[in-house]
Amino acid sequence: MKAKQRPLSPFMIGPYYKPQMTSLMSIAHRASGVFLSVVGAPLLLWWIMAVAAGPEAYESLVSFFGGLPGRLLLAASLLALFYHLFNGIRHLVWDSGRALEIRSAYAAGWLVLIATVLASAVMLGTLL
Amino acid sequence: MSMTNPLARARGHGSAKEGVRHWLAQRATAVFLILLTGWLGYAAFALAGADFAAARAFMSHPFNAALLILLVITVLYHGMLGLQVVVEDYVHHPAAEIILHFLIRAGAYLGMAFGVVNILIIALGA
Repeated sequence: MKAKQRPLSPFMIGPYYKPQMTSLMSIAHRASGVFLSVVGAPLLLWWIMAVAAGPEAYESLVSFFGGLPGRLLLAASLLALFYHLFNGIRHLVWDSGRALEIRSAYAAGWLVLIATVLASAVMLGTLL
Repeated sequence: MSMTNPLARARGHGSAKEGVRHWLAQRATAVFLILLTGWLGYAAFALAGADFAAARAFMSHPFNAALLILLVITVLYHGMLGLQVVVEDYVHHPAAEIILHFLIRAGAYLGMAFGVVNILIIALGA
């Protein structure tokens, strides 16, 4: 008898489950993590490399982040960083076995979203 | 009759074929990164609008250089562990999976080496 073809991950996205805050914030945690690894970490390395390479390399970094594409990239990176940071703390609390009730999961979810927007706005205002 | 110790036979046969090392390392680096991100926030406030000389002076301070080295290594290691899990979960083609796992590790280790060398260039004033 042939084994039934079961849906493979990520089957939570698609027709099987209704989108809800818990599942959307879970996949956003992964998406922000991938973004930080693929875009954020190289930006950190570029910053270090520019300071090591000399004034000209540093100037080109400063002028890039002064322009619109640089500002958008910085804003996206800060949003991803603070979201991943705050939601990561939410996950660590869950890992300790606490706040696993649906009510707490939603309350902490809103807290993470508000903190992300506030922290990103403050940091963006500082850097631009 | 097997001469193997029962414990040796039991080890490594869970669904993950390993212990909780990967999971635990991801959490340990996460806790470490919460602290290092706090320092990075302080660095961002200190260096906002800074010119080259100020940025270089900040990074060449031994304390800042040490924390920046720790940050680069921890961030890339944490990112490597996370990307590995994403590939394990979503990439169902064996060859693509192996290639992606190789690229993730190569990229992370290359980034670590590149970052540390550049921080040392700054810190040692080379």
